[in-house]
Amino acid sequence: MIDFEFEPQVVKQLKTYHGVAENMMRPISREYDEREHDKPWDFIEMMWAGSKATAAAGGDAPVRSDGPRLRTLYTCLSSEELCWGDAGLFVSMPNAGLGGAAVAAAGTPEQKERFLKRFSEGKPKWGAMAITEPGCGSDSAAVATTATREGDYWVLNGTKIFCTSGQMAAEKSEGFVVVWASVDKSAGRAGIKPFVVEHNTPGMTVTRVENKLGIRVSDTAMLSFDSCRVPLENLLGSAEVKKEGGFKDVMATFDATRPIVAAMATGVGRAALDHVRDFLSDQQVPIRYGISPRKLTSLERDFMEMEVQLKAARLLTWRAAWMLDMGQRNSLEASMAKAKAGKVVTLITQKAVELLGPLGYSRTRLVEKWMRDAKINDIYEGTQQINLLIVARRILGYSSRDLN
Amino acid sequence: MIGFDLSDEQRMIRETVAAFATEQIRPAARPADESGEIPAELIAKSWELGLVCGPIPETYGGYGDQRSAVTGAIIAEELAFGDLAIALHMLAPRLTAFPVLEMGTDAQRQAFLKPLCAGDFVPGSAALMEPRYDYDAAALMTAAVHNGSGFILNGAKCYVPLAAESSSILVFAAGPEAGFEHVGGFLVDRKNPGLSISAPEKNMGIKALRTYELKLEQCRVDAGARLGGDRGINFPRVLSQSRVALAAMAVGVARASFEYARDYAKERKAFGVPIAAKQAIAFMLAEMAIEIDAARLLVWEAAWHLDRGEDATKESYQARNYAAQACLTVADNAVQVLGGHGYIREHPVELWLRNARGFAILDGLAIV
Repeated sequence: MIDFEFEPQVVKQLKTYHGVAENMMRPISREYDEREHDKPWDFIEMMWAGSKATAAAGGDAPVRSDGPRLRTLYTCLSSEELCWGDAGLFVSMPNAGLGGAAVAAAGTPEQKERFLKRFSEGKPKWGAMAITEPGCGSDSAAVATTATREGDYWVLNGTKIFCTSGQMAAEKSEGFVVVWASVDKSAGRAGIKPFVVEHNTPGMTVTRVENKLGIRVSDTAMLSFDSCRVPLENLLGSAEVKKEGGFKDVMATFDATRPIVAAMATGVGRAALDHVRDFLSDQQVPIRYGISPRKLTSLERDFMEMEVQLKAARLLTWRAAWMLDMGQRNSLEASMAKAKAGKVVTLITQKAVELLGPLGYSRTRLVEKWMRDAKINDIYEGTQQINLLIVARRILGYSSRDLN
Repeated sequence: MIGFDLSDEQRMIRETVAAFATEQIRPAARPADESGEIPAELIAKSWELGLVCGPIPETYGGYGDQRSAVTGAIIAEELAFGDLAIALHMLAPRLTAFPVLEMGTDAQRQAFLKPLCAGDFVPGSAALMEPRYDYDAAALMTAAVHNGSGFILNGAKCYVPLAAESSSILVFAAGPEAGFEHVGGFLVDRKNPGLSISAPEKNMGIKALRTYELKLEQCRVDAGARLGGDRGINFPRVLSQSRVALAAMAVGVARASFEYARDYAKERKAFGVPIAAKQAIAFMLAEMAIEIDAARLLVWEAAWHLDRGEDATKESYQARNYAAQACLTVADNAVQVLGGHGYIREHPVELWLRNARGFAILDGLAIV
């Protein structure tokens, strides 16, 4: 059925997340944005304790009598709420992250146990994924990092950049980094495999932690691999170079992560929107729904446009996540959601700064920070342009050879 | 709880209406736009689909289906996918029937619904828009004042579908107090001496739909003409139902434009490949697809609120504004994709662009 309502226990749970966003994240937002390379350890410890409890309880998504648990959808809801608080703090939270997502998608049952169990016990840990290199971003099939078999080890050589939580995963916790490397350059995409590199493995070095426009509290690392030896059993899945598996498995995780990133963007956009709404309300500027659009002030028009665009992005995101949870193919819908959310949240947060005039431009309000935090959502997890390309291929029935 | 799938019944309805729209309506669209006429046989065929009498209770001769705004939006989208003007004509009887059904007195229901479901297509009409550039549903200038036990109406209306063809027209007029909540609906007999109907209007689009201007000059109606009697009507709800219907139709027109442009782009070659293989065109098509899906979800959400009996003023306004803009952009892009060929009154895309521009302006021409 077409229905837009959530279970009462979900609504209640979201209020709890909202409380975390408002009371634990917002008060430290500005400080950690300015301090950039320091970590908010109190916040980290608290979120870690919370995530262990949630994992022990089997997750947030309620059990339903009439269908599967909507895990992806509920992750979208909670992610939106926490990013309404602070997207940088959200991204820097200790969890299995994209590295864990790769393990879940491509790993054997033994590997999943070995690598993922740690995220529900002990001290805070981070999982990271390293794909991007100085010479390849969107064209991830052009990965130049190599993995060469030497006895009982794979030996990795290469450089990775823009690895989210890379420093925390590689050096500052008992985490790991999943590194995409090629076992056979001549095989192209089919030769690219995911390797789990445990924290502090000799040969893996954090050579740089970037200074960024936004989400500054999240560490974005450059990792060097210099004869880095990784046990054979750390290659996720199978070493066999074949047309299916490996690269494709990990690409499939985007069907889950893209709606989640779209939801994260929506949270940032909503923060800006809510702030502008409250501000206008305090100033007693009315927003008049229902009247002739030609009578609206330009400010009303701008605000309403921001609001409906955000709503559109949110509904597309919910749909994509729901489809995945219901076992339906959702690559088209996931890319639609990500493309839409990335674009509109960029515009919404930029407009929010503008609408508040001199107050919007000041670092005494968080609005300018949200504009800086929002922008990355149109870039990572597949840029706007890549997601449009994916949508285009699907609606046209074209392969990557037909349209590139 | 949260869900994005249609019920089996909705799926069946959609398939049936979609087939009718594609096979019967679409081929008639261009000739109807050029001539300004819709073949009576086509209207008669549509009547058999039960689009008007479906949700009317059996006591009044209808099929007794559950009335649903979401289902109505699905139907409206599919019909408009065929042709907007023809769809508006086919659904016009609802303009009187649905408000009477939902908000009328028993006497009004008896009087208006029974004849409607007695046999063949019976035209219906409602008059909401007013011929001024600053027309505003929240500030109607057509007014109704008490006169003895009845009312006197004065004002002007435009874009009134099938006014000259309908035996009565539901005229929306402001009451003594300002604001949406005090707008009343009056069932005015076409032959009322205080009502004059113009020649058919000449519009940019929806040319196959007969629309008219009305002048109400000391137009007297008795108490029984006021929809809902003393209780009056819930005008914000009627307006929301109208906006959802039109927004759904905007989605249908947009989808028609997109699919046509997509298929054309896969065939048309330039620089050695189909133009769909070029990023400029491919990205345009991708954004069109995204906007259509987004608009549809906004329409469904507004419709869902209506089905729950909730106020949907904000959601229907948002959906209408969004869908109107999306439809215009998509239709415009479709002409662009066809290039010079898109400009000629042979491919349908120019027709859809002319129709698309209307959605940001038109109010009250359809109802779910």
